[in-house]
Amino acid sequence: MTNKLITPNPSRRAVLGGMAAGGALLATGLAPRFAQAQSSAPIKLGFQLHRTGIGASYGRWYERTATAALNVLNEAGGINGRPVEIVFEDDGTDPKRGAEVVEKLTSQAGCDLIFGTLFSHVVMGSAPRAGELKVPYLVCSEGHHVASGVLNRWTLQPGITDVKSQVQSMAPWVTTNLGKKVTMVFPDYAFGHDHRDFFTAAVAAQGGEVIKHIAIPPTETSFTRYFPQIPSDTEVLYHVMVGPAVLTFVKELGEFYGTGARPEIFGFIDSLEAVNIASPGLEFLEGTHFWEGHPRYKQADASEAEGFYRAAIGVDDTGASVSDPADVATYAHMFSAWETLFTVKVAMEAAGYQSTADRQKVVEAMEAMTDFAEGNDHPQGPKVFNGKTHQAFGLQSISKVEGGKLMRVHQTAMEDGFYPDEVDYTSMSF
Amino acid sequence: MKADRALVLHLGVLAVLLALHFTAPAYHHTNIARIMVLAIYAMGYNIAFGYTGLLSLGHALLFGAGLYGAGLLVYHADASAPVAIIAGLLAGGAMALAVGLLALRTAGVAFMIVTLMFAQAGYLTVLYFGSYTRGDEGIVIPRAARMLWGLDLSDDNTRYLIALALFATALLANLALAQSRFGRIMVAMRENEERSRMLGFNPFTVKLTALIVSGLYSGLSGAAYGLMFGYVGASLASVQYSILPLLYVLLGGAGTVLGPFLGALLMFYLIDYASAVTDAHQFVTGAALVLLILFAPKGILGTLRARGLKWLP
Repeated sequence: MTNKLITPNPSRRAVLGGMAAGGALLATGLAPRFAQAQSSAPIKLGFQLHRTGIGASYGRWYERTATAALNVLNEAGGINGRPVEIVFEDDGTDPKRGAEVVEKLTSQAGCDLIFGTLFSHVVMGSAPRAGELKVPYLVCSEGHHVASGVLNRWTLQPGITDVKSQVQSMAPWVTTNLGKKVTMVFPDYAFGHDHRDFFTAAVAAQGGEVIKHIAIPPTETSFTRYFPQIPSDTEVLYHVMVGPAVLTFVKELGEFYGTGARPEIFGFIDSLEAVNIASPGLEFLEGTHFWEGHPRYKQADASEAEGFYRAAIGVDDTGASVSDPADVATYAHMFSAWETLFTVKVAMEAAGYQSTADRQKVVEAMEAMTDFAEGNDHPQGPKVFNGKTHQAFGLQSISKVEGGKLMRVHQTAMEDGFYPDEVDYTSMSF
Repeated sequence: MKADRALVLHLGVLAVLLALHFTAPAYHHTNIARIMVLAIYAMGYNIAFGYTGLLSLGHALLFGAGLYGAGLLVYHADASAPVAIIAGLLAGGAMALAVGLLALRTAGVAFMIVTLMFAQAGYLTVLYFGSYTRGDEGIVIPRAARMLWGLDLSDDNTRYLIALALFATALLANLALAQSRFGRIMVAMRENEERSRMLGFNPFTVKLTALIVSGLYSGLSGAAYGLMFGYVGASLASVQYSILPLLYVLLGGAGTVLGPFLGALLMFYLIDYASAVTDAHQFVTGAALVLLILFAPKGILGTLRARGLKWLP
């Protein structure tokens, strides 16, 4: 059976088009002036922001990061010599509202493209609408959804490594340095399941074994009853909890082990983003390890770009706001908002972007990209971009809590995070 | 005559919606399509709550049954969209039957709690079977699967007209139901269950039937939403989606046929405009509802009906 598109007759576009044509005739004398103004008009970028909802602590810092990056971008001449504006719109960290925000930014605010989305369910809810509207949608989510091939030609992730790559690249160091018998504690929904599946496979590939999966229901507020399930021969406890119960989780884990022997502990910093690692009750974390997408504490060998980036956003060397030390950044992730904006600049300039009619050229220009060098535009480090899978790959850090600070003890190599392509978006139609 | 006036009003609303298809700006065009689909859900809720007096806090289970009934069939079994929509509709009705058989043994606050718990169990079930549902992250329905008898549901024009067709069918069926003998029995059950029983009507049967009809509406809406907008996720089956239709109905007018649509429309734009002004848009929405309950507890159309438009169904 073949499916063909049936459109109503007369279509609303035809009616609106006729009205627009009539208006254009009346305004003929003004047309050249408008065209001239348009070429120097600001480029409008929509930012789908988690200002409220479960992602609000991230959203606050993503907004600051994107605003700081915008200032840097405009001071350096904008994009193609045109100034750039960002239109922030709250999606409530909700996928339904997310799709509506994509619509609003595109159809009402007239944005040239949209970026900035973090939470995976919002990406999944919004990407179909972005594809229908044919607007580039650049997500900062670290989800594997883009590279897995379930989205569309218009959705790309050029500013942050996906979770499959992150997990795979760290497994060798974990099994070599911490232990080969791993117990995983993770939230019992898609985010946790990704960690479970990818890390289990990666550990097995290193000759290790995940001996126990402990899935925590999302409604859980106390975790004490799960800890006895941890096998006594566990060498590494891998945890990746998110949400408001994270502090309780870590504190109860500390109470469970007390001062006695415990396995090595390796966690994702997602558990403690925007939380001061020196908070009362977290002393137990001393000596444990964390993945960090971008080290929160400024390291001794930090690049100049790292200092430039912190100063531009207003983050001190401990990863907190310079104006309020209690306001800890979501530092491990928020670089993606910054770096994505600078990939937009490169793509738009390569595409000779003039108007929304050139949106497809932006996607094609981005697909042609291969790598981004470390520098002020990419302070987290160099990236390799796979145009076929629409996914960026970067370096990951493993940090150890020493004296209440996160100190990097290992940085992965770029190739540690590569895996075979699961999709070729360039073969899909727009 | 009353029936004629009511029919003209409802057909007029549908005519306005058709006219908006040709004239509404793009942003509002898609919004109205979305609102029409959600209004079907609210109409279903209104049949249970507004007409029959069943204050459910678990209708997200019925919406979710339609959403996943259709979405999983398409995603995992390559079912066609028409089959999926019918499956979603039936899933909503079947779920309402199952819940009703148990929950209708209770009434009042107990009914609210039981329905809430059923819905929460449904939500957690979606998360538990994450390997099929992708849990909180959800699944994207491929564009190629969103074809309804050759009509591309991802096309803005087609989607609007399909949404309008479904909404019109649901609205006119709701009008017919409200004006039918069974509609009056539902209202009688809401107003005085014991007296209705004395008149020979079985409250359990009437309420179960109303709940099943409500489930069919909810299931249809969930299925249509998933296929039209291409996303099926657990958040759409969360407690928030049990509260939303209640708010739509309270705002528009419980026990009025057009109230759910009006409530959905106003609530959507209240959130939309409030979020452009303040981060505390949920506070604005809450404050508006408090004011509504204080000064117009029957909702907008309910108040209009009480103040003169007595023919309003």
